[in-house]
Amino acid sequence: MQIMTTVSAFLLPCLIALILCIATLKKLPTYELFVEGGKEGIDMSFSLLPFLLGMIVAIRVLRSSGALDAFIHLLTPILTFLGIPPEIIPLAIIRPLSGTAALGMTAELTEQFGPDSFIGRLAATMQGSTDTTLYILTIYFGAVGVKKMRYALKVGLLADLAGIITSILIVKLIFT
Amino acid sequence: MVNLIWVAMFIIGIVYAAFHGTMEDVSEALFQSAEDALALSLSLMSVLIFWLGMMNIAKHANILTFLANVFRPLVVKLFPEIPPNHRAFGYILANMIANIFGLGSAATPMGLKAMQEMKTLQKSNVASRSMITFLALNTSGLTIIPTKVIAIRMKYDAVAATDIVITTIIATLVSTVCALMFDRLFHFYDTRKKG
Repeated sequence: MQIMTTVSAFLLPCLIALILCIATLKKLPTYELFVEGGKEGIDMSFSLLPFLLGMIVAIRVLRSSGALDAFIHLLTPILTFLGIPPEIIPLAIIRPLSGTAALGMTAELTEQFGPDSFIGRLAATMQGSTDTTLYILTIYFGAVGVKKMRYALKVGLLADLAGIITSILIVKLIFT
Repeated sequence: MVNLIWVAMFIIGIVYAAFHGTMEDVSEALFQSAEDALALSLSLMSVLIFWLGMMNIAKHANILTFLANVFRPLVVKLFPEIPPNHRAFGYILANMIANIFGLGSAATPMGLKAMQEMKTLQKSNVASRSMITFLALNTSGLTIIPTKVIAIRMKYDAVAATDIVITTIIATLVSTVCALMFDRLFHFYDTRKKG
C-alpha cells in the first residue's frame, strides 16, 4: 500500500500550491491574507487549551493508577476475538460525546504507543474521520429551538459506529 | 454527560490507586500531564495558524464559493423538501465546504444559519427531515484535512505525520455515506409507520 502513503504525502502540498497559484493569478495580497487568517489560529488554540488539559490530566490519572489497564485487560478476550485493539475503546466511547476530550485522548494514545504504531494511526483516523455527534445535535437544535430530535441521534450514533469500524478495517488494510 | 465521565475518570483512578499502591504515580501524573497538555496546545497552535492562514487566502480567492457551486446540484438532491433555489442551500454548502477543509469555527455559524432557514420552512419545534439530513452530514464529519490530528502526530515525531490523511478520508466517506443511508432508512420507516 505504498501508493496510498504517497498520495497522502502529495495531497496537502499540492492543495497549498493550488491555493497560492490561484490567489496570485487573481492578484491577491497572499502574504497579508495569510497573516490575517493565521491570527485566528492563536485564539483557537488558546481556547482549546483548558479542554485539552482537563481531559489529558484525567486520562493520565486513570492510566497511572492502573485502573485503565485493568479495564482494558478485562475486555481483551472479547475484543481480540473481534479483531479490535482494546486500547482504543476509551476513545471510541468518548468520541461522539466530546470532540476536545477525544482530541486529548488521541494525544495520549499517540504519546503512549507512538504515532507510527497501529494504535497511534487508528486513533488519528478515528479522531479525524467523524465529528462530535452529541455536541452538534445539542448546539444546532438548541440554537433554533427544536425540542423533538426524532431519529437524529440514532442516525448520528450509528454513523459513528460505522466510522469506527471502517477506521479499524482501513488502518489494518493500509498500514499492516 | 461529559461532566460525569470526566469526574468518574478522576474518582475511579484515585480510588483504584488507593487500593493498589499507585498513589505516588497518580500525584506525579497530575502535574506532569498538565505540563504536557500545555506543550501540546502550543504545537497545535503552529498548525492551526498555518492552516487558517492558508484558508483565508482560499476564501478571498473565491475557491470555497467555487467549490460550493460545484457541489450544489448534488446537495440539492439530498434535500428534497427544500425548494431548489431556497437560501438555505447557500448556508448548507458553506457549512459543508468549511467542514471539509477543517474550518470548524467557520462551519458552525454557517450551519446555524442553515438551521434557521430550515426552521422557517418547518414552523414547529419538531425536527424536519431536512434538518436531520443536514445534521447527519455534520456529525459524520466529512473532512479531507484533519489539521489537529496532524499537529498531534507532528508533536510526537511521526515519520510521516500526514500518512493518516488517506485513511481518514476513506473512513469519513464511509461514515458519511452510512449516515445518509441510515437517515433515509429511518425516514421511510417513520413515514410508513404514520401510514
